[in-house]
Amino acid sequence: MPPELLRMIIAAVLVVAFVFLNAMILGYMERKVSAHIQRRPGLMEVGPHGVLQLLIDGLKLIGKQLVVPEGSNKFLFRLAPVLSFAPCVLPFVVIPFSKKLQIVSMDISLIFILAMTSINVIAILVAGWASNNKYSLFGTFRSVAQAVSYEIPMLLSILSVILVTSTFSLSGIIAAQKYYWFILIQPLAFIIYFISGMAETNRAPFDMPEAESELTAGFHTEYSGMGFSFFFLAEYANMFTVCSIATVLFLGGWKGIPLPLGDYTGIFWFMLKVYGLLFVMIWVRWTFPRVRFDQLMTFCWKYLIPFALANLLITAVLVKLI
Amino acid sequence: MGNLVGDNAVHVDLEPVTDIPNDNHFYLNMGPQHPSTHGVLRVLLEMDGEYVVEAQPVLGYGHRMQEKMAEHKNWMAFMPNTGRMDYAAALPYNHGYVALFERLCGIEVPARAEYIRVITSELNRIVSHHLWIGAMLLDMGAFTPILYTFDDREQVLDILEDVTGSRLTYCYFRVGGVCKDIDDKFIEKTRAFIKRQRERFTIYNDLITGNIIFIKRTEGVGIISPDMARRYGITGPVLRGSGIAYDVRKNEPYSVYPNFDFEIPVGQNGDSYDRYMVRLLEIEQSLRIIEQALDQLPEGPFLGKAPKKMKMPTGDCSFTVEAARGELTYYLVSGGGDIPYRLKIRVPSYSNLSVLPELCQSMLLSDLVAAMGSMDLVIPEIDR
Repeated sequence: MPPELLRMIIAAVLVVAFVFLNAMILGYMERKVSAHIQRRPGLMEVGPHGVLQLLIDGLKLIGKQLVVPEGSNKFLFRLAPVLSFAPCVLPFVVIPFSKKLQIVSMDISLIFILAMTSINVIAILVAGWASNNKYSLFGTFRSVAQAVSYEIPMLLSILSVILVTSTFSLSGIIAAQKYYWFILIQPLAFIIYFISGMAETNRAPFDMPEAESELTAGFHTEYSGMGFSFFFLAEYANMFTVCSIATVLFLGGWKGIPLPLGDYTGIFWFMLKVYGLLFVMIWVRWTFPRVRFDQLMTFCWKYLIPFALANLLITAVLVKLI
Repeated sequence: MGNLVGDNAVHVDLEPVTDIPNDNHFYLNMGPQHPSTHGVLRVLLEMDGEYVVEAQPVLGYGHRMQEKMAEHKNWMAFMPNTGRMDYAAALPYNHGYVALFERLCGIEVPARAEYIRVITSELNRIVSHHLWIGAMLLDMGAFTPILYTFDDREQVLDILEDVTGSRLTYCYFRVGGVCKDIDDKFIEKTRAFIKRQRERFTIYNDLITGNIIFIKRTEGVGIISPDMARRYGITGPVLRGSGIAYDVRKNEPYSVYPNFDFEIPVGQNGDSYDRYMVRLLEIEQSLRIIEQALDQLPEGPFLGKAPKKMKMPTGDCSFTVEAARGELTYYLVSGGGDIPYRLKIRVPSYSNLSVLPELCQSMLLSDLVAAMGSMDLVIPEIDR
């Protein structure tokens, strides 16, 4: 077998395994952090301090029956979770976990990742439509409007960083942060990117599409078993992707205090930073109530986008001058 | 459910129109099983996109024929029913019921029993408002405050369980007093609770009152004008949030409430935020009442003389108390003997709910959830 093919197969297996592992770790972290914020112990039963809980949950969900509602479009209904999950795995191929731990290094890695996260919009549309359920449809309307709107400030804030580095390659961006991290020169872009990222992944306080108290569960109301767990995995994979792009662009990626075998152990710093940002995301979710949908859209179009545009303009001027 | 409240009321048909006149509108059912209607309430919404064109509450999913049962039971047998109508704040329901018989038959209640009644009712009011704060925030997507408020509730529920035997559906009062005396342990624990609760207010103010997202979700949402409140017979914190300072404990005092010095918090705008603030401040006022009651608690018997077989005179009688949700009235018609001919229970949530069709015209669905949550409806008491 040619070494390239072998490398690709190993990489594919590793990526999928990492996505599942990440969902387990992140799910566990979310439930434990939320529990401690809410003054309760959280997961304690399965395994020591509940570490095996997510694994058992996954096994349980695999065993459940996917109930297809009558009157729904059967093909689309089954397609939607797959359509949601598949593009979420791909960004992991280009994320630089360490200097020598990047599976594929492209010149346009960043655009590739953004394109993959945009496919999620179609998956949500398909899921909501194929469910044949008014609540799901409501959730879909809101989710699509939200996802499409918040992509704009996300892109604008990323562009501000790209203006400084003039490359879309993720490893190139990390290399350009040799002397200082970009959060020091682009703090506003970081804040705007982080907020848009939370909105893109439908995380509270922007989780109107999944508003339990209004719409039962939004666009994935009708899904059970593996269908639901695909959406769940996709959400956690998306969260990880958003936070890792934030780390790469603003927090220096895998750079940190040099460790032995630095080319491979940079992954330690990378994971530390990414999980730090994920912790902040989880913390915000369990603190704030939900933003009302029209206020959400107002916030995006009247506040985030003008600030992002202003930031871009100022960055462009400064880059030209300096 | 036509609202017989005057010319400018909203007349709502009983059955929904089957052919929808406007092609762009669709019907959405909120309930009867729904995470945010507090009980089995069905609200039939005619929606135009995200906006509610018309909201019709459909009641009766939890009807248990309490008033019918009262026509076949004597006062002792019906006593547990009173605790089950509004289980979030059951002691004022107990109170109204026994005080009704005391008024009707001229039965004397010892002073100590009256003070115990007030202390436990006010503790119940605190518990009910805590539940409401948690549930309202949960409706709006904040998952943490409910855990904090339920922690405070646990303290009180433990205190009340020691003396009443129940945590939720109390059956503690009797005609002539209460069924068990409070002891020093109760007084000590209550004082400790008051001290602890005052410190907890900083947590609630930090997490909820000053939270910009909460303010944006509730300010200006579901504004009930004083005129609207008067037309629909709204009482309780909803009325006080609209600026009218009417509280049965001050305006038609009963029991030993005249002996206490407390204030009635009043809102200005009548929006959901004001209703929240009124209830938060009412918790503080209830703490004051309990403190004063504990200081003034007299010695003596806790149960007066009351006949087991009540000899009610023919005629009618009513008694009004301030339940946690508003003005609760029991109205009794008796034809002699010891079983009432008719017992009518006027519950505050029924009138508070009836404002929903007029309130929710052209409102966003999320605002409807926030407004309905802020009215603190407990559906079992509406359906009885």
